Amino acid sequence: MRMNMLQPKCTHSCQWSSCQCGLCCTKITNFGVSRGGTQILKDVNLHIHCGDLTAIIGPNGAGKSTLLKAILGEIPHTGELQFLDANNEGTSKLSMGYVPQKLDLDSSSPTSVLDLFAAAHTRLPIWFSYPKKTRERVRETLARTKAEHLIDKRLGALSGGELQRVLLALALDPIPHLLLLDEPVSGIDQRGLELFYQTVSILRKNYDLSIILVSHDLNLVAEYADRIAFINNKTLECSGTPQEVFSNEKVIQTFGLDWSKRYLRDEKDRVDNAIMV
Amino acid sequence: MQLWYSLLDLILPFGWLDHAFMKNALLGVLLVTPIFGLLGTMIVNNRMAFFSDSLGHSALTGIAIGVILGIKNPIWSMLFFSVLITIAILVVKEANTASTDTIIGVFSSTAVALGIVILSRNGGFSKYSVYLIGDLLSINPTDLLTLSLVFVLVIALWAVIFNRLLLASMNPSLARSRGIKVRLYEYLFTMMMAVIVTLSIQWVGILIISSLLILPAAASRNIAKNMRQYHIYSVLIALISGVSGLILSYYWGTATGATIVLITSAFFAGTFIVKLRYK
Repeated sequence: MRMNMLQPKCTHSCQWSSCQCGLCCTKITNFGVSRGGTQILKDVNLHIHCGDLTAIIGPNGAGKSTLLKAILGEIPHTGELQFLDANNEGTSKLSMGYVPQKLDLDSSSPTSVLDLFAAAHTRLPIWFSYPKKTRERVRETLARTKAEHLIDKRLGALSGGELQRVLLALALDPIPHLLLLDEPVSGIDQRGLELFYQTVSILRKNYDLSIILVSHDLNLVAEYADRIAFINNKTLECSGTPQEVFSNEKVIQTFGLDWSKRYLRDEKDRVDNAIMV
Repeated sequence: MQLWYSLLDLILPFGWLDHAFMKNALLGVLLVTPIFGLLGTMIVNNRMAFFSDSLGHSALTGIAIGVILGIKNPIWSMLFFSVLITIAILVVKEANTASTDTIIGVFSSTAVALGIVILSRNGGFSKYSVYLIGDLLSINPTDLLTLSLVFVLVIALWAVIFNRLLLASMNPSLARSRGIKVRLYEYLFTMMMAVIVTLSIQWVGILIISSLLILPAAASRNIAKNMRQYHIYSVLIALISGVSGLILSYYWGTATGATIVLITSAFFAGTFIVKLRYK
């Protein structure tokens, strides 16, 4: 990960109501990834403000997960990733939390939720013993995502929604500057998914988090995201508010005209209703 | 060594411990089986059973190379070759061209075939068949010294790397986001496996070495609810099977390694029934 030490102050003027501090932001400039000689992502520019939820949408294989992995530093990339702080003008180090789609374990694995957290937090090998304070700390952390009752369950015994909440709690300890969420393609029921989005919404208000979310559910994205980035043909084709993005020609082409029309109509109704009330 | 002998005579005055070779073997079992129990947990978790099998097989080529070079104790050429084949498998795996199973299968069969071809050159393969089934009773004080060193090293290393290795094995990106060098831990773990498998092969045997790694952990997995129980049960099962297998093989006159494996299999069957009944 490249970090530029001398950067101008974030000049963004707050125009979204949810952006509470608006003084710090994460800047992705000219991001590109190539693997085995082929360019799989190019010219991605994103500006993420704290308190904002930016959703990344796009067809399968467009490079959404690649972008996440590049931001994480797992695969090499060109371009810059900077975190700009209001106080010290971009010198602070960007800390990231990551919620993966899934864990690589089978359902019979004897790894408990407490094991997962202890493994992440302590150096003492978890097959030997836990420090006494660990259990309390883990319980507090899990409470953030309403998952404290799951502490002694095995990871393999959790439902898709429960696992997602546990992984979210893990990503929030310690509270990161930037939270990266990779929404599961399958395995979570609609209710669980909505609960997850609600939790994320509350958390981002409370902790002023910048969130990047790779999503496959356009309805939920339309409801919860402040900004949407549409990745297609290996690059960022358009970004903006949900209204802007869902009226974009390319987005309509990809996801179908019907969906977009319905969304815009619903949105108009909502605004009209709000005015009438 | 003398201390160990007199200690045993004092607390375990049984007929099967009369001979010095049995005392050596007992110490060997007490050193080797806990390591197998520990490492096995991660091997089963990561679904690397096939990989540990191929490590055993590659030892055959290691022996063959040792024979060609005229080394009397082939342990060094075996170590060298198994580390080499481990690196080869990891490198090819990262290139992502075929499924891991296929890659391991290719390397493993090549290694076995090469080993057999070289060793059977003058029709003399039978004198190497001891490596196939192993001979725990041939363990000598020098071996035991090496084993104790390895024992301490493995436990220490396992204590240091385990937490991060576990995270890396569950999701590399997640581990990465918490600043863990995923590849470093993956390499360390597989190297550890290679060293342990290679060292134990002359006593346990190529044919059954991977069962000894897999079975205690697999049996423990049936009843464990968290990582700590998983490790404790696995090590206990390995230890109990090791000691009782040694005793039984003495009275039955059977190969020790195989007898131990049979007992761990019984443990697996038992825990499996427990799992079916109470879950």
